[in-house]
Amino acid sequence: MKRLAARPLLALLAALALPAHADNYGVPKNAAFEEECTSCHMAYPPQMLHADSWRAMMNGLSKHFGSDASIDEKRRTAITDFLVAHSGGRKTGDTRDAQCKPLLRISETERFAKKHREISAATWKRAAIKSPANCTACHAQAAAGNYSDHSVNIPR
Amino acid sequence: MRHILIIAATLFAASAQAETPRDFLTRFEKEAGAVASVERGARFFATKQGGEWSCASCHTDRPTQAGLHAKTGKAITPLAPAANAERFTDAAKVDKWFRRNCNDTLNRVCSAQEKADVIAWLLTLK
Repeated sequence: MKRLAARPLLALLAALALPAHADNYGVPKNAAFEEECTSCHMAYPPQMLHADSWRAMMNGLSKHFGSDASIDEKRRTAITDFLVAHSGGRKTGDTRDAQCKPLLRISETERFAKKHREISAATWKRAAIKSPANCTACHAQAAAGNYSDHSVNIPR
Repeated sequence: MRHILIIAATLFAASAQAETPRDFLTRFEKEAGAVASVERGARFFATKQGGEWSCASCHTDRPTQAGLHAKTGKAITPLAPAANAERFTDAAKVDKWFRRNCNDTLNRVCSAQEKADVIAWLLTLK
């Protein structure tokens, strides 16, 4: 009986604790993901896209943002499962484009746009930044999953 | 007899896994039916072949040094075996990267001759 009563309280505490972790996007350990997805770019956190987006991404690897990133079928399935299992839910905001197709770029999600609304087009184009895909340019601790406002340093 | 078979099978498995850059050079020369050309490999590596990038766009024109991904800026470990002992030792990786990167730079697969030439040139770099 005591245990049952504690449940709603725990849920409430968990909900209260959430905002403090809202910017924590640590990438869960996965050897196949690490080897296949980080040879060409940083490890984008699975939490930043909806499961539908990851499925669409992993179904089009031979034309991956202009590059051939095709991998063998066994690994493709395993990595898809990993991404889907850790994908973001409603937190990522709207993750479909105007045609209702899943968005593939994290930088096009509603949450990303909201969080970066103060960044001008000129800032994105700075040599040290290059594009919104280059998280570590401003979020020095992005590799550790820390995208918090406090650790942002926008290079000149 | 059975022991000999097991030893032979183990040795075969070990040799199939740990390949050397020279093994790949031999394999592609055999597939091409011709010897590799170091000069042709050097030229091929440095020149755009129809795509937006050449091999050197990411691997630099001196691949004993680290490269940079032309789009993302991610560091790429040296491609030349003299500078990176891991290169050209795993058939699955060699095939995967030739498949992808040839598609990106040439919009087609590389011929066995082209692969042999590039490896021959890479092996001359110290």
